[in-house]
Amino acid sequence: MKAFQIEQGIVAPIDRANVDTDMIIPKQFLKSILRSGFGPNLFDELRYLDKGEPGQDCSARPLNMDFVLNQARYAGTSILLARKNFGCGSSREHAPWALDDFGIRCVIAPSFADIFFNNCFNNGLLPIVLDEAIVDDLFARVAANEGYQLTINLPEQCVTTPEGNSYSFEVDANRKHRLLNGLDDIGITLNSADAIKTYEQKWRQQSPWLFDSIK
Amino acid sequence: MAGKTLYDKLWDSHVVEQRADGSALIYIDRQLLHEVTSPQAFEGLRLAGRKPWRVDANLATPDHNVPSDVHERAGGIASIVDEISRIQVQTLDDNCDEFGIKEFKINDREQGIVHVVGPETGATLPGMTLVCGDSHTATHGAFAALAHGVGTSEVEHVLATQCLVQKKMKNMKVEVTGTLGLGVTPKDVVLAIIGKIGTAGGTGYAIEFAGQVFRDMSMEGRMTVCNMAIEGGARIGMVAVDDTTINYVEGRQFAPKGEQWQQAVAAWRDLVSDDDAVFDAVVTLRGEDIRPQVTWGTSPEQVAAVDAVVPVPADITDPVQRAAAERALTYMGLKGGMAISEIPVDEVFIGSCTNSRIEDLRAAAAVVAGKQKAASVTRAMVVPGSGQVKLQAEQEGLDKIFIAAGIEWRQPSCSMCLAMNSDVLPAGSHCASTSNRNFEGRQGFGGRTHLVSPAMAAAAAIYGHFVDVSKL
Repeated sequence: MKAFQIEQGIVAPIDRANVDTDMIIPKQFLKSILRSGFGPNLFDELRYLDKGEPGQDCSARPLNMDFVLNQARYAGTSILLARKNFGCGSSREHAPWALDDFGIRCVIAPSFADIFFNNCFNNGLLPIVLDEAIVDDLFARVAANEGYQLTINLPEQCVTTPEGNSYSFEVDANRKHRLLNGLDDIGITLNSADAIKTYEQKWRQQSPWLFDSIK
Repeated sequence: MAGKTLYDKLWDSHVVEQRADGSALIYIDRQLLHEVTSPQAFEGLRLAGRKPWRVDANLATPDHNVPSDVHERAGGIASIVDEISRIQVQTLDDNCDEFGIKEFKINDREQGIVHVVGPETGATLPGMTLVCGDSHTATHGAFAALAHGVGTSEVEHVLATQCLVQKKMKNMKVEVTGTLGLGVTPKDVVLAIIGKIGTAGGTGYAIEFAGQVFRDMSMEGRMTVCNMAIEGGARIGMVAVDDTTINYVEGRQFAPKGEQWQQAVAAWRDLVSDDDAVFDAVVTLRGEDIRPQVTWGTSPEQVAAVDAVVPVPADITDPVQRAAAERALTYMGLKGGMAISEIPVDEVFIGSCTNSRIEDLRAAAAVVAGKQKAASVTRAMVVPGSGQVKLQAEQEGLDKIFIAAGIEWRQPSCSMCLAMNSDVLPAGSHCASTSNRNFEGRQGFGGRTHLVSPAMAAAAAIYGHFVDVSKL
């Protein structure tokens, strides 16, 4: 997993509430057995005017120029600014994979759906919750200033604006540690293998029907 | 000290290790696997040289990419037309064979949608923790299990460690009192709940569905309700154990037998919230107030009673919600103020992990019996949730009722709930669907989904538009 320390980048605004994971990456692309290559199909139905198919060369497809990610002023964006309940819907980790593959490192929104929020941390992406009023203000600033950039400082847990405003955000200590160091969660959990075995032995005695029934 | 909620009890009994930052290592008793969200997890195991911690905790079956068409299904995996789908289903077989995981393969009688297969085989049991790389895993909470969807990294994590790092959610009680009116089903109950709390209303919470309406509900109905907890933002939806739960589980393939059964039932009786348990939020609805529901927009919260009208965006005060309604109506090709019953229905889909169980098919068959599909409805299909549901429905003659009415009888699959197989809703078509999501493009690029109950979908197939089943 990629480590996340400090990210400075152009902000692209996705100005609608309840952006769902079907929107972030439509189902036909979930047929891939790989983890990479989803970037060209990020927001496929909003980004292109035709229907996308897996394995297609997207460079020749007709673009929807009304969609922010197709506009020159947002080229090279690494930070998405979004509305409430971003990432609702399915548990598909293909959504953070597609964002990551496209080059997004951070999503800022007033709220996120639980499963998507969790999936981000397993893929080196940082989802940041800021107050709705701050998000509203950032939307206005992004619209007014071409090339508007934010700096995300994970060690300090703050977002700073070019105007010099600084907004702090919350992140769990464990998730922060993993993001900062790009650590694999499984390796950390396996350090507790003895505790898992002890629990398992006790649980098996208490609830034997939960073991060895599926063969 | 206050008593414990059902969720508190399930959580407490599965804590392996409490961590300083408030997270905990939670033991996972069961993982269900399907072809879409598992290949990268197995690949991760291989790359790291890891083996599954406990093979017997896992059960797999392909469902999303599996054809529902009898001809495309006939030759097993080899006859799947779409090459990428075929590879994905084959990859599940290969991975399960390689790691020794039990799988119901494409044409096994027990194959079906994971959330139908788990409960009906007894792989889902009260008191267990259960995960699956699918957000509709909340379904299994109907058994007083702690069940939720996970991403693929977590699928791999559970395979490798039998645990997940979790933070405890807050407790929400959604109480539905009284009784339901004629023609009002569990699907209408859960849509009404989502309409009330909103699609993010349950975010951060584990929901317990309580009250007389759920006590009176069958297990199939409870599964429908818990299934859609995620559409209200909650990863977890649960119903406490009672006789209905225990009677359903008894005798199933993987359920405990003999002395162990007695021991298990004694333990399961405690899987209820204590009388003095404290919930962080409580929402109450009256069963008598709930009418048959139809979604008009592109979020499950955009829902109305069948005898109501599509809302007028200008009447919505919240600017973000107003903009969402305007966008939804444009996408859906509807006008604010029009009656829900005026919406023409082009296609009908009865199936999905929400509504493809035997009781759902019986409810749909009861509506169509002796009638004919409207000529204006170009296609109507029933896709049973599993081979066992299909077999039982055929033994009851339900297939013949559907076929006689001009409705297609299909093979078990997720099918047009998300259109990963060949069943795709054409652009611009309105579909009365018993599935769980009406997102843009969900059932097909440009497709327009209206979420309804099986009885409402069946009635729409007959009349070509939405009708109030309580008046039939």
